[in-house]
Amino acid sequence: MGYSLSQLRELEAESIHIIREVAAEMQRPCLLFSGGKDSVVMSVLAAKAFAPARIPFPFMHVDTGLNFPEVIEFRDRRAAELGVEMVVASVPEAMARGLVREEPNGSRNRIQSPVLLEAVEKHKFDALFGGARRDEEKARAKERVFSFRDEFGQWDPKNQRPELWNLYNGRVFPGENIRVFPLSNWTELDTWQYIETENIELPSLYYAAEREVVERDGMLYAVNEFVPLKDGETSSVRSVRYRTMGDANLTAAVESEADTNEKVVAEIAASRLTERGATRGDDKVSEAAMEDRKKEGYF
Amino acid sequence: MHDLLRFATAGSVDDGKSTLIGRLLYDSKSIFVDQYDAVEAASQRRGDDYVDLALLTDGLRAEREQGITIDVAYRYFATPVRKFIIADTPGHPQYTRNMVTGASTAEAALILVDARKGVVEQSRRHSLLASMLGVRHLVVCINKMDLVAYSEETYDAIVQDFTDFASRLQGVEIEFIPISALVGDNVVDRGENMRWYNGPTLLYHLEHLHVAGDRNLTDVRFPVQYVIRPQSNQNRDFRGYAGTIASGVMRPGDPVLALPSGMTSTISAIDGPTGPLPEAYSGMSVVVRLADEIDLSRGDMLVRPNNKPDLTQDLDLGLCWMDETQTLVPGKMLAIKQTTQWARAKVTEVVYRMDINTLRRDETAQELALNDIGRVKVRVTKPLAVDAYRDNRVTGAVILVDEATNRTVAAGFIR
Repeated sequence: MGYSLSQLRELEAESIHIIREVAAEMQRPCLLFSGGKDSVVMSVLAAKAFAPARIPFPFMHVDTGLNFPEVIEFRDRRAAELGVEMVVASVPEAMARGLVREEPNGSRNRIQSPVLLEAVEKHKFDALFGGARRDEEKARAKERVFSFRDEFGQWDPKNQRPELWNLYNGRVFPGENIRVFPLSNWTELDTWQYIETENIELPSLYYAAEREVVERDGMLYAVNEFVPLKDGETSSVRSVRYRTMGDANLTAAVESEADTNEKVVAEIAASRLTERGATRGDDKVSEAAMEDRKKEGYF
Repeated sequence: MHDLLRFATAGSVDDGKSTLIGRLLYDSKSIFVDQYDAVEAASQRRGDDYVDLALLTDGLRAEREQGITIDVAYRYFATPVRKFIIADTPGHPQYTRNMVTGASTAEAALILVDARKGVVEQSRRHSLLASMLGVRHLVVCINKMDLVAYSEETYDAIVQDFTDFASRLQGVEIEFIPISALVGDNVVDRGENMRWYNGPTLLYHLEHLHVAGDRNLTDVRFPVQYVIRPQSNQNRDFRGYAGTIASGVMRPGDPVLALPSGMTSTISAIDGPTGPLPEAYSGMSVVVRLADEIDLSRGDMLVRPNNKPDLTQDLDLGLCWMDETQTLVPGKMLAIKQTTQWARAKVTEVVYRMDINTLRRDETAQELALNDIGRVKVRVTKPLAVDAYRDNRVTGAVILVDEATNRTVAAGFIR
């Protein structure tokens, strides 16, 4: 009997179930959409979940002002194609108002959280879809699919709600919200296999091309307006691609010849480094960097 | 394409669950270099004699500090045969509810037993919970064999002890494997230390475990999750019922009965994520269209007219209570969720509490406290379409939620 789903179709079915459950039970959900590959996959699943109707909730992006311009352009085009409202919460604008201040190291990772929380309050969102996967990082591996946050957006990892079967409990009181992770059980390889199978369009930075790069702390950064060459540094042109899309000043590229989905899948399958370990300067701060940020309301 | 096996680890604190997962990932080459480097560095900083593979899964600061697992960690790995999702669950009795979370979606459970200690209360509690949760395959890993000189007699005695206990568990298939997670014997590779053992290694067993037959393809149950009605000109007349098929196989042309309304219709089309489908089966997320306009909304269920679930307001539940701030007593009102609907439920009777060690029923019990397992009766504010949990893991499951805190306080299994 052939009544068995392949792992990709089983993951797809689970994600669609989660997305529909939130749309049915929550008052005002919103999907966090950066134009990065996980959020793009989430947008594809959301479109499938409600077809032929439109996605019944808006998208939101907390824009640090340090994103790759190409990704921002992609974000807006994709949202327009899907016919959904694109809410943008701007970190530079919040800095200008004095809500947050940039940290000395130039990272705007942590100060995204207050900007996110302000936007959640303003728009009265009670559920936020995030594209995080449990294979990304140790603290994420511990998080529920429906992750309860208090009025300060705080995650309490020692006191999570039991989560049984697919009977999700999204009940919240006013001011509280639920972060929902439909891709929890996907791995980086699953995501790329799905992108290949479904022929999903992504920003071209995910594919290898000759780019001008500079080496810092063993990582390769593209030279651009966010990463100018410092005194004494020299750049070189290499074939590189991005495995993640964080801030342009902190996200490193990897050497790669993979310029198609098929080649990326082959490369990921053979990779011996996690995507965050390979490319994210911001996660290297401490063993518990992600847990600490999540407790403060970060994704 | 591969299929997917979801399994949970269970057992007492310090039985070496996290170490076993680390070993499974490491020996199957599923550990990334940067993850291993971080763990090696952390072990060195603490002055450990060996690289502590448990650090691969203990992701919370409090867990690393205390050297225990507090909450479920999900890990993923694939071999050329299968893809695996592991729910690494805590062994500490205080965190039993997190073990239940991890095991609720599992098809198999690894029960770890420390060879020096034998079968303890937690081994029994977790085996009972796993069998209640409908996990059909228990793999009892008798761990730390290196610390009992790889003694076959010790292993045999534990197997006998566990078999005596498990004869009272229903519907489970049990495999015993002697292992050393620390050294690696019989995890991925056989090793040289237990030539007397002729069974499979743990990984081989997990790769070849047959679970497809566990799914219910007989009883059509389709809980409506969301009604799709596009507000656009080209799809003005479209009305589709979205949901995940709980069990059974559905095809266009099939007659269906809607519950609770009792109205009948015929399936006119089924659409899946990839487009129109000639048939759809349990586990698939689809949109079903009907030939007639009938009263059907979220929480209702489509079934076959000649194969109906019970439509009832009175539930007889096996139950695990998970709230430390209050006990379950008769008269308590709680919110209840079953498939895609919420209602309220009043506890009418605590029938018994189970004694974990003996599996005997204490019928004098008046309440259930944190981590207690028992049987209760509840009356629900509206009729629910239910099946027995042993027949259907979707339509037979409920959660109970405290409306004052919104916390999930119990898992229930319809009898």
